[in-house]
Amino acid sequence: MKMEDTAFSAWGEYVRRIRSLGLVPLVALSIVVVFVLVAIFSNVIAPYSPNATSLPSRLKPPAWDLEGSWTFPLGTDQLGRDILSRIIAGSRTSLLVALQALFLGAGLGGLIGIASGYFGGWIDTMLMRFADVMLALPIILFALLFVVISEPSTTNVIVAIGLVLWARFARVIRGQVLIVREQDFVALARVAGLSNFRIIIFHILPNIANTLMVLASLQVGWVIVVEASLSFLGAGIPPPTAVWGSMIADGRNYITTAWWITFWPGLVVMVVVLAFNLFGDWLRDTLDPKLRQL
Amino acid sequence: MRWPGPSKGLIALRGQKNSREFGLHKFVDEYFGERIDTVGRFLLGRLLQAILALFFLSILIFVLGRTLGSPLDTLIAVDAPPEVEERLIKHLGLDKPWHVQYATYMGQLFQGDLGFSIRSHVPVAELLAGRLLASIKLALVAIGFTLILGFPTGVIAALNRGKSLDTMAKILALLGQSLPSFWVGILLIQLFAVRLELLPVSGIGGPAHYILPGFTMSLFLVAGVSRLLRTGMIEVLDSEFVRFARSKGVPERFIIWKHALRNAIVPVLGFGGVYFSILITMSIVVEVVFAWPGIGRLALNAISLKDFPVLQGVILVTGVVVIGVNFLVDFLYAFVDPRIRFSKV
Repeated sequence: MKMEDTAFSAWGEYVRRIRSLGLVPLVALSIVVVFVLVAIFSNVIAPYSPNATSLPSRLKPPAWDLEGSWTFPLGTDQLGRDILSRIIAGSRTSLLVALQALFLGAGLGGLIGIASGYFGGWIDTMLMRFADVMLALPIILFALLFVVISEPSTTNVIVAIGLVLWARFARVIRGQVLIVREQDFVALARVAGLSNFRIIIFHILPNIANTLMVLASLQVGWVIVVEASLSFLGAGIPPPTAVWGSMIADGRNYITTAWWITFWPGLVVMVVVLAFNLFGDWLRDTLDPKLRQL
Repeated sequence: MRWPGPSKGLIALRGQKNSREFGLHKFVDEYFGERIDTVGRFLLGRLLQAILALFFLSILIFVLGRTLGSPLDTLIAVDAPPEVEERLIKHLGLDKPWHVQYATYMGQLFQGDLGFSIRSHVPVAELLAGRLLASIKLALVAIGFTLILGFPTGVIAALNRGKSLDTMAKILALLGQSLPSFWVGILLIQLFAVRLELLPVSGIGGPAHYILPGFTMSLFLVAGVSRLLRTGMIEVLDSEFVRFARSKGVPERFIIWKHALRNAIVPVLGFGGVYFSILITMSIVVEVVFAWPGIGRLALNAISLKDFPVLQGVILVTGVVVIGVNFLVDFLYAFVDPRIRFSKV
């Protein structure tokens, strides 16, 4: 009896899938989990305050270097700030920005995609042409413009990324809605006299929820890179907040003498983005295999 | 280890495989149905789409220019007397209704008048022309790298499916899509220019100057192209007609290069427009890292100086270039893919 319960519950299905994971998705999932945990508990984990400067110990190399010490495992930057602590603090900023931007982008994109697919006709043409324009614009340029004109701040970075992100969702969601719309249960709902609003909420939305989740997971890595790029270009979250992108930019002037300032944050971005991409792939294959065909 | 799907994050960009159900195509089919052939109708539909996209782009820029900050703020001093402000409003036509303003703005655009840089007082069109050329050259080099690196890895991966070469190609592709390009650029400069002194550090110049920035820009595309190509080739190699050709005794070499590769190129071409817009996006960061005198750096400078006309020009020009390239890709697509040529509408 218990076995059957597990077999039919969605949760049991996930547990079984996680157990039967291959090595690669398992490693990716672990990295994602570690990243999220580090981001949540960054205040507790970080050995120093990310903004604590100490000029006597500036530009200290990593611990395994002859001149390094385990006081600063990954070295210090030009102001004597501990790089490990800054990377840990940066993970929280990255995660927060990524989650909120995705939430905004997925919400907007979902809404526009549903409107476009469900109502069709000229609404569809107009919205999709607009989405095309958004996709054609160099994303970073648009985000840069938005952030600079509205003054760099965490909120503005989130809004800027969300505003360029929606088009990526809208296109795919529209496609899904086009398929769902033609299903019998939608026709029956209409015959039963349900309003468009109710059909969308109770019949269309549940059927595209998986796609929305898969898309969001596939975009996490991309959002992290865009946020890092904005910070690198000096239009991200303003200093002294520890952000991976601006850490890389800070280290540029010291690259010949102190490579570690630039190297570590970049490596962390790469590993986290790689993990999210692999995780997104796995999630897509698990939840929505038909998206692979697109 | 499974190879991730054909295009991953990019599915979102391309969205529909077939966008013919858009209203415009229906319109074209209805009105020109009998008079022009399928290719003509397809291209006409795409052309109308491109024009509509350009229209949206112009509106977007117009609205951005009017809402994100009044042009007055940047043109006159904060403490200027009100008469000056009034005269300027009259001069710029800012007192007229918005549709008249839009018409004036579009009229100027069609005459190639993009306004003047607020800082250097040089016509924006002139500023852009020189920079655009440098950017396009770099983009072409990056495309060259993509072809040279992406095609062989994709083909080799497809031919060695499941073997270690395939796994290696997959790891390369995944890295290519996850590496922050500015970081790669900095490391490459450090390694090849500073430590080994093989290549110039930055700036534009002889052919050697193109290698590092071109390579950095191409990384993401190499990954995308090799993945698309691998999936496409495997699909063709598994298909009925290849099995038939094999049983007929057609040499394997011929099957791989003629049948498989030719068919696998079609989806790559389909993503061509998307890849191009990614390339443009990449170019901003890469130009900053390599101090390349292209439009990306022009835009960044314009942003930091709040030089709005220049920025407007950059966004407009890149948008036009990307939409134009997308249309060109569709044009090529129509000739490469016989399904468009022979499809019945």
